[in-house]
Amino acid sequence: MNKDIFELGGVEFDSRLLTGTGKYADDSVIPEVCEASGSQIITVALRRVDFESTTGNVMDFIPKNMKLLPNTSGARNADEAVRIARLAKAMGCGDWIKIEVISDNKYLLPDGYETAKATEILANEGFVVLPYVNADLYIARSLVDAGAAAVMPLGAPIGTNRGLQTREMVRILIDEISLPIIVDAGIGRPSEACEAMEMGADACLVNTAIATASNPAMMASAFGHAVKAGREAYLSGPGAKHSHAKASSPLTGFLHEG
Amino acid sequence: MSFYPICAEYNDAPLAEQFGSVTEHDVRRAINKTKLNPKDFLALLSPAAIPFLEEMAQKANQLTLQNFGKTIQLFTPLYMANFCTNRCIYCGFNTKNKIPRTQLGPEELETEAKAIAETGLKHLLILTGDARTKSSPEYVESAVKILSRYFPSVSIEIYAMTEEEYARQVEAGVDGMTMFQETYNEELYPELHPAGPKRDYRFRLDAPERACKAGMRVVNIGALLGLDEWRHDALKTGIHAAYLQDKYPDVDIAVSLPRIRTHVGDAFVPRSLVSDISLTQNMLALRLFLPRCGITISTREAPEFRENILPLGVTRMSAGVSTEVGGHTKTDEKVGQFDISDGRSVEEMSQVLRKHGYQPVFKDWHSLKEAS
Repeated sequence: MNKDIFELGGVEFDSRLLTGTGKYADDSVIPEVCEASGSQIITVALRRVDFESTTGNVMDFIPKNMKLLPNTSGARNADEAVRIARLAKAMGCGDWIKIEVISDNKYLLPDGYETAKATEILANEGFVVLPYVNADLYIARSLVDAGAAAVMPLGAPIGTNRGLQTREMVRILIDEISLPIIVDAGIGRPSEACEAMEMGADACLVNTAIATASNPAMMASAFGHAVKAGREAYLSGPGAKHSHAKASSPLTGFLHEG
Repeated sequence: MSFYPICAEYNDAPLAEQFGSVTEHDVRRAINKTKLNPKDFLALLSPAAIPFLEEMAQKANQLTLQNFGKTIQLFTPLYMANFCTNRCIYCGFNTKNKIPRTQLGPEELETEAKAIAETGLKHLLILTGDARTKSSPEYVESAVKILSRYFPSVSIEIYAMTEEEYARQVEAGVDGMTMFQETYNEELYPELHPAGPKRDYRFRLDAPERACKAGMRVVNIGALLGLDEWRHDALKTGIHAAYLQDKYPDVDIAVSLPRIRTHVGDAFVPRSLVSDISLTQNMLALRLFLPRCGITISTREAPEFRENILPLGVTRMSAGVSTEVGGHTKTDEKVGQFDISDGRSVEEMSQVLRKHGYQPVFKDWHSLKEAS
């Protein structure tokens, strides 16, 4: 099999699993998680980053070979997301940014309109913008127009571990959107990540399911394998599913040429 | 619309009777639901739920882990002044208590800020007594401007303000407010607050909503458990939090669960004693009712109890606490607002949290002022 390269924001990656830094009992497990998962991209909430910390900082635990993807967690509108992105850049976190605009603290569902606004502003400023959104075709199209580098639809509400509840909508995005589709949020089990990849998603981002596992490194490894397996299945072209039985006496068997 | 008419309905309802009529079946159904209504919440707070605390604890633990991870956000209070114009009969700052009164000036604030910042904490809660003329909104604003240099998140726990005043505090850099209603019982409230501006029950009740409207990012409410029958205030606090969550989804609504503590002055006898079991039941019911709600446990609670309830819903804890004005730097003997039970330093608390498998989170917000 030829080497399967994942290109995102003009950079080539081998791994299609993105990981996160939130919810860990101890950040010191992060290097082990990165290693075990094979992930090369890791997201971090800028609001958690404390460069002046005397008590340890999440950034100290992110391996240097990882591509850092700061996110705008905590932003309630486009303006706040833009300000967080600029702060991240000014603080030396690079010019990649995952946009999270959430103004509903109960369900933590992303605000597509504000996300598209922030995406347009930041893409025009030269950021590589990865917006986290609902699995919605219209929002995804507006993100393409706004200059996003990928579309990150949720599988289920963030942190719920409920799996790929939006599969039919994600499938439409995979079919219709030319940008990479990275399924983000809600994936609770490796089998669900595998399913997303089998469907043709370009990558998955998994945080809660790894961070809150009893053994985060082992779970990270499981997700790494699952994402790879799903990708290989997609590339190998699985046999089409049949929704009905194949009749042994076909109804059109009487038709003959000539 | 305000929370007042909703609260009034609960104040008029025969709550003792309602709590007493909850059945085992009601409790089981509430535990097994994914989306609880106020009636389910009442069931979980009722005496009938006591035999189900372990089941409630298992679910509360799972919900907290899922929503907040294995993390506890740490903060510390900074008492800026203890002048007070109220006579809350349960409080050490009561204007009748003959204690030295003081207020920190800009230099003292800076000294306190430096001392706290050295512990690594980034979330600060500033408090004054309830004395609008001494600790004016302008005084608080100027203090916030100094403290914001050291802390990306500054919250206020002061007297009730108007929406415009809260908006000015937000503009000055405040991103959270804490307001305890003390008791939601409108009949009992004037007995406990015989004099002073705090006597205005409704102005205080609507203060958290005014803060939400003014753009505050975090609003933390609570009742001082024990002033009234604890179940009644626990129920109304949860209903208040749900009301705010529904109406202001962009605001992070949190609830504190303080129990009444001793203080100098006349001995005050609380209406109900809130046992460890009761406080735990309150927290579990609240977590099941509002899975995304922040829950704060202060140093009013003893170290062992604070550690035991860690996995049951707690998201925020105070550490390195002094309830005295200037208590983080001055060592001369003063009188605090109440006695604390857990005097452990930030470093000690961090070690304890790690020992229990939790990450102490020092910074969970970054001020956006500099990026304007």
